[in-house]
Amino acid sequence: MKKVMMGNHALSYGAMLSRSQVIAAYPITPQTQVVELLSEMCADGTLDAQFIKVESEHSAMASCIGASVAGARAFTATSAQGLALMHEMLHWASGGRHPIVMGNVNRSMAPGWSIWTDQNDSLSQRDTGWMQYYCSSNQEVLDTVIQAFKVSEALMIPAMVVLDAFALSHTYEVVDIPDQAVVDKYLPPFKPEIRLTPSDPRAFGGLTGSEHYFELRYKLQKDMEKAPALIEETGREYEKLFGRTLGLVDPYRCDDAEFVFVTSGTAGFTARVAVDDLRKSGVKAGNLRIKVFRPFPFVKVREILQKVRKAAVVDRNCSYGAHGIFYQEVKSALYGEAGMPPVFGYVTGLGGRDITVDSFKEVAAHALAKDKADEEIVWIGVKK
Amino acid sequence: MKEKKAKKIVFKSAGEMPTMVISIGSQTHNLTGAWRNIRPEIDLSKCLKCGICWKFCPEPSIDIVDEWPVVDYDYCKGCGICAEECPAKCIVMVEERR
Repeated sequence: MKKVMMGNHALSYGAMLSRSQVIAAYPITPQTQVVELLSEMCADGTLDAQFIKVESEHSAMASCIGASVAGARAFTATSAQGLALMHEMLHWASGGRHPIVMGNVNRSMAPGWSIWTDQNDSLSQRDTGWMQYYCSSNQEVLDTVIQAFKVSEALMIPAMVVLDAFALSHTYEVVDIPDQAVVDKYLPPFKPEIRLTPSDPRAFGGLTGSEHYFELRYKLQKDMEKAPALIEETGREYEKLFGRTLGLVDPYRCDDAEFVFVTSGTAGFTARVAVDDLRKSGVKAGNLRIKVFRPFPFVKVREILQKVRKAAVVDRNCSYGAHGIFYQEVKSALYGEAGMPPVFGYVTGLGGRDITVDSFKEVAAHALAKDKADEEIVWIGVKK
Repeated sequence: MKEKKAKKIVFKSAGEMPTMVISIGSQTHNLTGAWRNIRPEIDLSKCLKCGICWKFCPEPSIDIVDEWPVVDYDYCKGCGICAEECPAKCIVMVEERR
């Protein structure tokens, strides 16, 4: 069934079709409609789940962890300051190996107080041990929630499904809602090996001495390393059932490309328009959209970029004192390999400033005119 | 007194460990009494057998054995609440010398 819906409601439908059993959330602009719709679904019986109202995002994640330990499929959603307040609990979820799925609507961190988009909120949670998927369309948001539960529960690692504030969260698109029976086939009920139950009493997350902690974290990394192959495999399985593929990256006209934009989020689709325009003017351009940021798809990025002459990473985020964050990751993926192209780094669109086709043309004009990348950040669209 | 029968579990490799962080009985072997700087000593000749020390001990490291209080020094951290609450003032906190 097709329906016109906003990105936030695509998250809600994803959580509903995944048969989430516990939803604990606190409202924050621009995420509010995600949980509004889910609370309505719980109230009218469309979704058989416990909806827990909480007093903060910290408690929202704590409730999801409790639910997950008890063996329930748990979902929440947040944004920016709310995600930051959850920070401690994010470590509990990943360290404790609770496969919660959370929607995060990318909103700029305050101050200045902002409700508009950039990626610094979710990228600040880079090292918490959560998987991170960056979506570019409402359809992809819905599909990714379902896939994220499948991958997370197989590996016992939580995941964030990330979408841009307003550019996706409040933008209406046609979304194909998969058939529940087929989703059930793809995503069977969550049945963890160990769970909190009176018939097998245990304590979870307790004191762990130096003789075991190191191994627990080694196992987390080793399981995270299994995620790239599993994301590709479950993405192909998804395609068989629903006709849409879900992968680590989404290359566009990269096969014969000499110059490639590396992007994420909605800017990924804007870049395609710029690619088409550049091709008309004789530049063999392409776009590599990075869908999964954690685990970082090192192999895929290497495979695609080794064939091109120049890569330009466009970041809607900044690691202050360093550079754009995707830029750093892409460079580290290519470093030490022979025949890799120079990588140019651009920061643009902070605080929700639009990233347009012209922004990409400015990036292309800068990169194509140079042989060597600047070490400093190249800012696009800032009023210097 | 408490029975301490559980065997200490030390995994030899990551592979044999459970994925989730679950209890493996570590508190049985983690003798927190080693953290103590001052120890409670009970003068039973003044004790009223009221059980207030047993009731207030937050660990709980005071057992009642045949009606009399007995401190479990393996776990008592020496907080002194028992000495503070004892109505007969028969518990004194003595500096540990080790």
